[in-house]
Amino acid sequence: MRVYVNGENKELGDGLSLLDLLNLLNLPIQRIAVELNRSVVRQAEWEVTQLKDDDRVEIVHFVGGGSVGRIGKEMSVESY
Amino acid sequence: MSTALTLKETDDVFEIGDLTFTSRLIIGTGKYRSHAQMKQAHEASGAEMVTVAVRRIPLDRSSESFLDYLDPNLKILPNTAGCYSVDDAVRTARLAREALKTDLLKLEVIGDQTTLFPDNEQTLEAARILVKEGFVVFPYFNDDLIMAKKLLDAGCVAIMPLAAPIGSGLGVQNPANLRIMREQLPDATIIVDAGVGTASDAAIAMELGADAVLMNTAIAEAQDAAKMAEAMKLAIQAGRLAYLSGRMPKRLYASASSPLGGVIK
Repeated sequence: MRVYVNGENKELGDGLSLLDLLNLLNLPIQRIAVELNRSVVRQAEWEVTQLKDDDRVEIVHFVGGGSVGRIGKEMSVESY
Repeated sequence: MSTALTLKETDDVFEIGDLTFTSRLIIGTGKYRSHAQMKQAHEASGAEMVTVAVRRIPLDRSSESFLDYLDPNLKILPNTAGCYSVDDAVRTARLAREALKTDLLKLEVIGDQTTLFPDNEQTLEAARILVKEGFVVFPYFNDDLIMAKKLLDAGCVAIMPLAAPIGSGLGVQNPANLRIMREQLPDATIIVDAGVGTASDAAIAMELGADAVLMNTAIAEAQDAAKMAEAMKLAIQAGRLAYLSGRMPKRLYASASSPLGGVIK
């Protein structure tokens, strides 16, 4: 079956659960969150949630930072 | 090490919902040159809460958890940085809550990539949805009193007006607005977020009546981040103390400080 993970096309065998997918991808299972077709799936349910063809999975973690824009033009101190 | 002789830590705690902080500085985690530098700056700042962002985990390599580089005593406030729509912000919030088991959320719905100004309309819509789902929402918005009232009515626990654009370092650009907001919303928790550049900016925000200041770039992009972090800590304490002291009024002309009579001629 074909499943999209973080926007990437993955060809997988049938009968996989979300937990199987995480293990297959060698991903940590702590402090991440998983969304299946735009709905959050709680950790307790990863093992029992079966993937189907064309499912879209998002797996996220935390990083440093906030919103980042294009690099701003620096102002000369005198101009303000 | 700073000691505040007249402002004991227990006298002026900063409360938001169930949380109690002694520090009125909240810091970010972006733009540091290294994890070590970030840790030093965080420690020097005395901050008790930090913001983090939510991103897709890389699939092609193993990555350590960024959270492991944070002091474990810090309260984590996940944000919806990089979200330009209600839908993205709400989805990101739900993911953050699930991963961190926290209801705290800094809500950002950005309106445009150059200025990073908030889309207030979408921010309000997302706030309403998230408050209903039990999130403790800290919305970033611009310093508009009417929007502030709407966000508070929607159930946000605090309001976070920007001082100036994110990362601009310009300091409080509209002090009148902040002061008006403080006077018109005396019971609201106001956290100035974005645009602070140096210590005096933070002090000014506190003197205008802000309850706290949130900043990232001012510290991360200082040449000596830990030093600037300490400067910010002191500035916020000073600004807060000045605010609580009830400053003298501003006058156009001098007023004598010694008696007018008895001057030799």
